[in-house]
Amino acid sequence: MDKKQMELLQGTLDMLILKAVSLGPLHGYGILLRIQQISRDRLEIQQGSLYPALYRLEHQGWIASEWGESENKRKAKYYRLTAAGRRKLQTEAERWNRMAEVIAGILESTPEEV
Amino acid sequence: MRLRNRIWSWVRAVARRTRMEREMDAELRFHIEALAEDLVRGGMARHEALRRARLEFGGIEGAKEDCREARGVSFVDSLVQDLRFGSRMLGKTPGFTAVAALTLALGIGANTAVFSVVNSVLLKPLSYPKAEELVALHQVAPGAAGLADFENGLLLSPSMYFTYAEQNHAFQSLGVWVTGTANVTGVAEPEQVRTVEVSNGVLETLSTPLQIGRWLSSADQIPGGPERVMLSHGYWQRRFGGDRSAVGRNLTVDSRPREIVGVMPPGFRLVDAEFDVIVPLAFDRGKLILAGFGYQAIARLRPGVTLAEADADLTRMLPIWMDSWSNGPGTDPHVYETWRITPKIHPLKREVLGNVSDALWVVMGTIGLVMLIACANVANLMLVKVEARQQELAVRAALGAGRGRIVRGLLIESLMLGLMGGTLGAALANGGVRLLLAIGPANLPRLSEISLDARALGFTVLLSLLSGLLFGLVPALKYSGSRASLTLGSAGRSMSMSRERYRARSILAVGQLAMALVLLVSAGLMIRTFQALRRVEPGFTDAEHLQVLRISVPDSMVKEPERVTRIQNEIVQNLAAIPGVRSAGFISKMPMEGFDAPWDAIYARDKVYSDGVIPPLRLFKYVSPDFFRTAGTCIVAGRALTWTEVYGLRPVVMVSENLAREMWGTPSAAVGKQLTEFRSMPWYEVIGVIEDVRENGVQEKSPETVYWPSLMGSLYGPGNKLGAVRTVTFVIRSEQAGTEGFLNEVRQAVWSVNSSLPLASVRTMQEVYDKSVARTSFTLVMLGIAGAMALVLGIIGIYGVISYSVSQRRREFGIRVALGARPGKVLKMVLRQGVKMALAGVVIGFGGAFALTRLMTSLLFGVAALDPATFVAVAALLVLVALLACYLPARRAMKVDPMAALRYE
Repeated sequence: MDKKQMELLQGTLDMLILKAVSLGPLHGYGILLRIQQISRDRLEIQQGSLYPALYRLEHQGWIASEWGESENKRKAKYYRLTAAGRRKLQTEAERWNRMAEVIAGILESTPEEV
Repeated sequence: MRLRNRIWSWVRAVARRTRMEREMDAELRFHIEALAEDLVRGGMARHEALRRARLEFGGIEGAKEDCREARGVSFVDSLVQDLRFGSRMLGKTPGFTAVAALTLALGIGANTAVFSVVNSVLLKPLSYPKAEELVALHQVAPGAAGLADFENGLLLSPSMYFTYAEQNHAFQSLGVWVTGTANVTGVAEPEQVRTVEVSNGVLETLSTPLQIGRWLSSADQIPGGPERVMLSHGYWQRRFGGDRSAVGRNLTVDSRPREIVGVMPPGFRLVDAEFDVIVPLAFDRGKLILAGFGYQAIARLRPGVTLAEADADLTRMLPIWMDSWSNGPGTDPHVYETWRITPKIHPLKREVLGNVSDALWVVMGTIGLVMLIACANVANLMLVKVEARQQELAVRAALGAGRGRIVRGLLIESLMLGLMGGTLGAALANGGVRLLLAIGPANLPRLSEISLDARALGFTVLLSLLSGLLFGLVPALKYSGSRASLTLGSAGRSMSMSRERYRARSILAVGQLAMALVLLVSAGLMIRTFQALRRVEPGFTDAEHLQVLRISVPDSMVKEPERVTRIQNEIVQNLAAIPGVRSAGFISKMPMEGFDAPWDAIYARDKVYSDGVIPPLRLFKYVSPDFFRTAGTCIVAGRALTWTEVYGLRPVVMVSENLAREMWGTPSAAVGKQLTEFRSMPWYEVIGVIEDVRENGVQEKSPETVYWPSLMGSLYGPGNKLGAVRTVTFVIRSEQAGTEGFLNEVRQAVWSVNSSLPLASVRTMQEVYDKSVARTSFTLVMLGIAGAMALVLGIIGIYGVISYSVSQRRREFGIRVALGARPGKVLKMVLRQGVKMALAGVVIGFGGAFALTRLMTSLLFGVAALDPATFVAVAALLVLVALLACYLPARRAMKVDPMAALRYE
């Protein structure tokens, strides 16, 4: 049970990260803030699970990283979306929307329709 | 794309592990500090903010581990873990590690050394361009008696060379060559150099690029034309210091100035011949006859032509050859049809290797067996060690380590051990190869090419890993499956063990003994061979005190034949006058000197010969009067030659005992009979019969030999011209033979006759003899080493098993003694166990030896491959030594104090 939840979360988290960096290069903490900001703090993200997800995405080639300087003049690692990552984000988003639509359709169905 | 990315990232992760760790650290720290700063901005105290940030982030180490896993480094990580653990385990038992690594190092080192020899000598192609096209033209002539057992078959005559070279369809090029010696003068000390004389086609066939200059051309092969010469790289370095301007200069070879036209590259050998200078043969075509079968031939096949097709091509040309040339008026060129000359062309590599491959493969095989024994030994050690660690393994299994992980751990440990052994072994092999080169038979072909190259080192690595797998698998498979509960349950208590527990070890020990038996039998057979060789009378005595050396008197220096003999006679007298010298003499060729002597047919006056049949060929030698007395060769009947007879050109001759028996029945019947070589030559009277001499080595049958005086009426030329042998081996009998002082006196004695005569091949007859049995002694030494290693390892193996089983059965012995068993009975029990293992090893080993010793038949002499005495002796030795190995632990078993043994738990 626990495991399934993780997987679901993980899949979603990946997409959210891709979306976050699609708007411009960000460091890990920035990504966290960006997601919280655009979700209007409705999403609680496990900070410890953010980095493994970043490493995995980088490993898969969706995002790339380089060291740069943060707003407060500190060395930080910035992630940006790669071309492959952009395509991935697009297909994931479409898949997600279709899925959400289908599930919403199912959930909104009335007894008469069933 | 993605796959590449993934692999790249993985490679980067592995290669830059530490950097990645550092970066990961920095990144996470940045995250926490940034978070803390935000909290501080929200009004929190810095200290508290940091704490909160850490808390909010969660388990940092866990996140890191997840990151590492996301990168795909976890396999490497756990491997590194296993490696660390393995080296810690090896380090914890330094004694075990040292013994195991040394055992492996010995095995791997010996194998690498022998493999590098096999690789360089047998496997690597010859160092000529497109060497696979090169062939040696071999012919056999079963109809020519006397040649039948002659190692080289029928060599080519110059006329044959011309026919073959001009009429063939099968070859790109073809040439003949012969080795010899020549005197180089014009320097401070006259020097005898090794020559190869080549016809056109030899250098083209080998097509080796030159160091500098050009090849001898066909213009250089015209008799009477400008005389030219080429140098070997070694001679060029030695004589000209590697000066490139040597080309174009003159070198006085056999008193004739010859222009140097080129220098061969370093390491170049003409087939198997090492030489200093290459001289053109320059055959005078107009004077050639059919006969003169004294030249080796090599050729380069046209692409796509098979050996059989080339053979057929030569067969086609033989009648052409007989029709094109003659042996002089009144002779029938088609007599050679009765010789049934049959071409047997073979790859040049076989020619170069000769009969050495048998010996090398046998040595490689035996050394391989030693490796197996070494592996068995280490496997045994590993079994003991892993058994002691069963607790630990069980705990690990109970804590969730999978079977695969445990097997991998054990294998990694043994592979590490294998590589340690391999590293040490490579160092040993390096020394071993040098040792081999030092003790290796000087007539081992391609000796100079032997080196520890990349292939040999690759072999070492492979061998290390394979052996690691081999001895690692046994304990890994045996113990990885041990059920945790069972082993944990019996923690700390060693019961009276079932046989099951040391069965694997017993099997290994029996296998070791079996292999040791095979090796010892092989070594035993070689010892018997060596003994048999030593027993053979070679035809000379007390070889250690027999000095031999060769001196050549070229006709450019002394024209008249009689003068040559006088000079040789004077040298003999001077040599005999050296204090301590008992006698001196000379002969055209000493036995086992390793070059060819002339062969021809003889006709006896009292025999009838039908026309068109050539009688068997006999070895011809030319001797001085005192030769037989000096060499210690017995005169079986009659007497030896005198100087009066030599100078008087008396038609007297001596024959070997086997020739006398063949032609006249007994040696004494031969004395007084007459024989001749040519119809036009006078009859020569047999005055002495000489004991048979092992001309081509002690293993070879003695050839039927005719001993002519060293000065005779010329055989071939018209009229009464004289012929003297110009290059002879002097033999000197002296207690001082071989010492530097003595050799100085010898040189003075020679130079007081003529100061420009160089001395060549200065050796004692013992050295000549040793060289001729070098292959046997080399094989013997190698098998001896292998056998001794096998015996020691096998003994350690059986000792280990017995002593371990005794320690495991202490309790049982204690109970037995407590119940009234006499100590002698316990001793017997243990010994019986050892003898059983030894006997099992002997039986299995006999099976292996029956099969394997057959392969070494060609190396044996005077002993059968299944020699019962050797087999029985080796078996007895093995059982006896095994008994001794068991005796020590058996005594310990006997002395077990029942009370102590029972209380021990």
